[in-house]
Amino acid sequence: MANKYVTDEAKKQIGKVSEPRTYEVERGAIRRFAEAIGDPNPLFNSEREARQSRFGGMIAPPTFCRSMGAAIPDIKLDMPTFRGLDGGSEWEYLAPIRAGDRITVQSKLVDLREAAGRLGPMVFSVIETTYTNQFGEVCVIQRSTGIRY
Amino acid sequence: MAKQIYFEDVEVGTEIGPLEKNPTTQQLAKYAGASGDFYQIHYDKDFALGNGLPGVILHGALKNGFLGHLMTDFAGEHGWLRKLGVQYRGMDQPGTQVIARGKVSKKYTEGGDHLVDCEIWLENNKGEKTTPGSATVILPSRGAK
Repeated sequence: MANKYVTDEAKKQIGKVSEPRTYEVERGAIRRFAEAIGDPNPLFNSEREARQSRFGGMIAPPTFCRSMGAAIPDIKLDMPTFRGLDGGSEWEYLAPIRAGDRITVQSKLVDLREAAGRLGPMVFSVIETTYTNQFGEVCVIQRSTGIRY
Repeated sequence: MAKQIYFEDVEVGTEIGPLEKNPTTQQLAKYAGASGDFYQIHYDKDFALGNGLPGVILHGALKNGFLGHLMTDFAGEHGWLRKLGVQYRGMDQPGTQVIARGKVSKKYTEGGDHLVDCEIWLENNKGEKTTPGSATVILPSRGAK
């Protein structure tokens, strides 16, 4: 059966990228994020203790990237009204994000598909976001699935 | 720093956690501020009720953070959380305890790294897994020292 919303035309949007944004990772922001999730790990909270660790200084907890919002590629669908759900995320951690880093965040639409749900067609969009440091090293890749129904 | 776990210490079935979390509305407000996610369903009760919710609910991303906490504690300073995946299946509300847990599902060596795959989840006080997920951790090996 032909898709109602994710038409061949709509699928041409796969590969669309957002404008990159660059953030400076402040030590205080790492600490506040760790406090918000209730994580007392000294690597995320204490420069004094983190300096003694193999990282040589404070690093960001794994989901700190949430605080560095990416511009999301605008997905155009002929779906006049819809509800949205966050389906979940997958993260790959390749290198630590450190206090003082300048992280460039960019996202890309990597998949757009439709499936039949109980309430009618559901649209799944997968956005891949990369977090790259000032040395061009990709630190984190995030893939998040959004659901519209 | 907490005690370090080594690759040789874990087997398939080794339990991870539990890590108990007791989220409050104050924590949701802090998380909104720290993450920049100011969607009102997480701190404005009237707004949440108006959207058909039973009250304010936890940010999915906060629950993702709880599972990250579980896994960075497990990996320890000399380990490394390589992959983390979460799916949001059910809502959780402040005032209700959630527990992050996991168990090792596979251990193997790849490209010189000692890897452990884990099944992880958050469960509520009824034992329902509201937030299932998976993780891969690189652990230090006693043999490699």
